Amino acid sequence: MSVPLLSLQGVSKLFRLEDREVRALVDVSFDVEAGECLAIVGESGAGKSTVANLILGVYPPTSGAIRMHGEPLPARRRREHRRAIQLVQQNPLSTLNPKRTVGASLRLALDVHRIGERRERPEIVATLLEEVGLPADFARRYPAALSGGQRQRVAVARALACRSELVVLDEPTSSLDVLVQARVLQLLEELQPRRGLTYLFITHDLSVVRNFADRVAVFEKGRLIEIGVTETLFAAPGHAYTRRLISAVPVVSREEEMVRDRLAEGGLQP
Amino acid sequence: MTVPTLDIRDLRLGFRTYEAYVEVLHGISLSIQPGERVALVGESGSGKSVTARIVLGLLQLLRSARISGEVVFEGRDLDRLSARERGRLRGTRMTMVFQDPTSSLNPVYRIGTQFHEVLRRAEPAITGAAARDRAARMLMEVSIDDPDRVFDSYPFQLSGGMNQRVMIAMALANEPALLIADEPGTALDVTVQAQTLTLMRELVEQHRTAVLFISHNLGVVREFADRVYVIYKGRIVEEGPTAAVFERPGHAYTRALMAAVPRITGGGLPDIGDEPRDFSQSLVVHDARGDGP
Repeated sequence: MSVPLLSLQGVSKLFRLEDREVRALVDVSFDVEAGECLAIVGESGAGKSTVANLILGVYPPTSGAIRMHGEPLPARRRREHRRAIQLVQQNPLSTLNPKRTVGASLRLALDVHRIGERRERPEIVATLLEEVGLPADFARRYPAALSGGQRQRVAVARALACRSELVVLDEPTSSLDVLVQARVLQLLEELQPRRGLTYLFITHDLSVVRNFADRVAVFEKGRLIEIGVTETLFAAPGHAYTRRLISAVPVVSREEEMVRDRLAEGGLQP
Repeated sequence: MTVPTLDIRDLRLGFRTYEAYVEVLHGISLSIQPGERVALVGESGSGKSVTARIVLGLLQLLRSARISGEVVFEGRDLDRLSARERGRLRGTRMTMVFQDPTSSLNPVYRIGTQFHEVLRRAEPAITGAAARDRAARMLMEVSIDDPDRVFDSYPFQLSGGMNQRVMIAMALANEPALLIADEPGTALDVTVQAQTLTLMRELVEQHRTAVLFISHNLGVVREFADRVYVIYKGRIVEEGPTAAVFERPGHAYTRALMAAVPRITGGGLPDIGDEPRDFSQSLVVHDARGDGP
C-alpha cells in the first residue's frame, strides 16, 4: 500500500478557556490520499476548522499525530511544509493584502519559497494568472478592484504559486453567487489533475460536495462519525446525523426533493 | 379586489456621482397581496437590497439617490408621505429581518431592553412589565422555551440561530402587514437555516403577514415563497408562481441560474461557459394558474 499524503492518527484538540475546557476534536483518525478531494462536512462547532488549523500548523494537536508522506509534521513547520500545504479561505478580501497589487502578492509567494530564478518570476506570475483565467494586466490591480470571483481566483493562483501539494479549501465558494461559484468550482476541478493537487474541502454545502468530492468525512461535535466514498455515502448515509444534514439541504427541483427526502429517511434502497 | 400590501410600479433608482448618473433600477414592478410570500431573487448587485431599502423609505433619505416610480404600501403612496410619516411605518406596519442576526442586534443592550424598544414603537406607553409579557409570548411562538433567560441575555450569550429567532419574534411583535427578509439565515448552518425558515413560514401564515423575501439562494426561495420575481441587473426578467418558475424557467437568465446550482442527485458540476450569455430577453410572466408562457 502506498503511503497516504496526509494521515491523522488519534488526533485530539483541547482548548482551555478561563472557565471551561472545549474538546474541539476528539480522537480523530483519517487519511488523505494523494490526488483525491476529501470533503469535511458538519455544522459550526463540529471541528471542521480545527482540522484545517491543525493541518496548517496554526496550533499543535493536544494528542495524536499528523503525518505527511509518513513523516510526522513538526509543531513548528519548516518552510517546506508551509509551501506544500496551502489555504484558500472563504473571504479572499481578508487574506489578500489590500495594499499590495495582485502581482506583488503572487510574487511574494515565489520570493519566500524561492521558486524559479529571480528574473523568471514576472513571467511565472503572468502564467499563474493565465492558469486561473485572469488577464495578465490584473497583476497591476489591487484586490479592492476585483470582483469576489476574481479575488478567489487570485487566492487559488497564490496557492498554485507555491507548487503546493495539499490545498485546504475552507468554504471557498460560500460567499459567491451561484454562477460565479460554478465557474470557480470548474476551475478547481480542472486544476486538480493538471497540477497534481490534493484537496481538503471544508464546507457545509452538501450539494457541492456531492458533485465535487471523491470522499466525504462527516463531523459532529468534534468527532468523525462517518467517512466514505461520496456516491456510497449519498446512496445510503449510515449515520442519523448525516441524514439530518441531508434533509436540510435546500433543493431546486422536485426530483431532487424526492431523492433528498428518501435519503433523509435512510437511503435510496427500497 | 383587495388592496395589495405592496405595489411597486415602474420603480427607477439612480445615483448621481461626480462624473455621471448611474441607474441601478431600470423600472421594476412588483406587487404583494396580503399574506402572500413573495421572493425577489437575483445575484449580488442586481438591485434586490436597494429595492428593500426604498420600500422601507431609507434610500429616500440619501441625497444622491434619484428615485422615480410608485411605491404604494397598503394603498398609500410612499412618495406622498413625509419622511417622518415613512419613519413611523418602520418597525410597526413594515419590519425587517436581516442576514446576520448577531450583528443586527445591539451588543450592549439585553434582549429585553431591545424588545421593549421595539414594542414601544407601536405602543409608546407600554410598561416594562407588559413588554416582558408580550415578548415572552412572542419568544414562545418562535420556539424559545425559556423566554426569561433569553430576555435577560445579551446577544453574544445566545447562538446565531437563537438570535435569528429573537429577530423574527421582534419583527412580528407589532403585527406588521409586511415583513422584509433580506437573506435571512445565510450566516447560519443549513440545519438551523432550514428550521428558521420553517418557523418563519408557519408564523407569517398564522399572522397573515405578507413577506418580501430577498435571496440569492434558489433552493431557499423554492421552499419559502408562493411567488417569485427574478431580478437581473436592475430589471425583473421573470415572474410567476414558485412551482411554475422552477419547473419551467422561461428566461435565459433564470435557466442559467438553475443550471449553475449543483444538485444533490449528483451528475457532476454544472458545466457553464466562461462568457456571460445574452440575458437581454424580455420579461417572462407565468400566469396565476402556474401555466408556463
